[in-house]
Amino acid sequence: MDMTAMCDVAFLLLTFFILTAKLRQEDPLHVDVPPSTTVIPLPDDNVATLSVGKGKIFFGIEGTAVREALLDEMGKKYNIPFTAAEKKRFSVIPTFGVPIAQLQQYIALDEEKRKAFPQSGIPVDTTINNELTSWIYEARLVTKSLNNKDLRFAIKGDAREEYPAYKKVVDVLQKQAINKFDLITSLKTK
Amino acid sequence: MAELDTSGGGKKGGKIRSKKASTRIDLTAMVDLAFLLITFFIMTTTLAKPKAMDMFMPDKSKPEVQLPVPETRTMTLWLGSNSKIEWFVGKPGGSRPTIDNFGKDGIRKTLVEQNKKIEETHQGPDNFMIVLVKPSDKSTYKDFVNIIDEINIAGIKSYGVVDITPGEVAQLKKDGNY
Repeated sequence: MDMTAMCDVAFLLLTFFILTAKLRQEDPLHVDVPPSTTVIPLPDDNVATLSVGKGKIFFGIEGTAVREALLDEMGKKYNIPFTAAEKKRFSVIPTFGVPIAQLQQYIALDEEKRKAFPQSGIPVDTTINNELTSWIYEARLVTKSLNNKDLRFAIKGDAREEYPAYKKVVDVLQKQAINKFDLITSLKTK
Repeated sequence: MAELDTSGGGKKGGKIRSKKASTRIDLTAMVDLAFLLITFFIMTTTLAKPKAMDMFMPDKSKPEVQLPVPETRTMTLWLGSNSKIEWFVGKPGGSRPTIDNFGKDGIRKTLVEQNKKIEETHQGPDNFMIVLVKPSDKSTYKDFVNIIDEINIAGIKSYGVVDITPGEVAQLKKDGNY
């Protein structure tokens, strides 16, 4: 049998899938999501993920351009002059959980060392101007101005985490009148 | 079949002929490998997409839009520690809360039964049950997601997540679920 045509098609498809495939990035915070039966697929872009686990909160947002602009805005807000090189490096970090004062130090590390860096999570307290609030607020502004879309928020909580940790994140969101968000879960049959 | 011709020319007439190699190569293994990789990439790309559950919270910024809720249509759920639930229908303090578990025969059955009961005993278009979820500080995130999920499964039209009060925590403590 002549396999040439079949081989061609197979490799064409293979190339297509390799190119479109998104590399699965490793999460710095290991989160064990709870299962649920009613699920919807999460959109690919204009989504910010708030991971909650081990009492820490990590922040992640999709899109390199959005990340760059976001760091720029945050630098202005907290008077930290981030260089263009730092913004470039920051734009490939999918999730992070360091206070903004440590961010420069964290960005400067290479990928292997970042894993070992003790990330304490993004600081949240009861005041209206905590760092998580700023990240969320600026991320919304940046997404609106760059993509002209409303930013969606997804909470990725650890199943064993106690409820108050989750409540803290929801309170921050609700203070900015975000009453609709997604909870990332795994699929379970009824 | 695409195979390498290794038989050679044989010995015809005593002459030694050079081997005539075929230009066709057996591609079977290569195609196998290609399809295996395709399968792998198809699987990983579609399954890696995160799944999520929609969650709506009441708008806190507009307290004036809160509607009065008839107590007889309200079911209150407290989430305690160790995945225990306490629930009651009606006014707080009216009846002793029932302790329940998660699962098919636990809270799911309760939700469906109570919903039916309330729809039967009430008149009008607004006769659905309203569920108030009050997670205590000792409940886990998993319990919270579970209960919202159960509410979705039971088809409850209206539910809300409310903060638990110290009095309710005391009742949970008394029952050993805090």
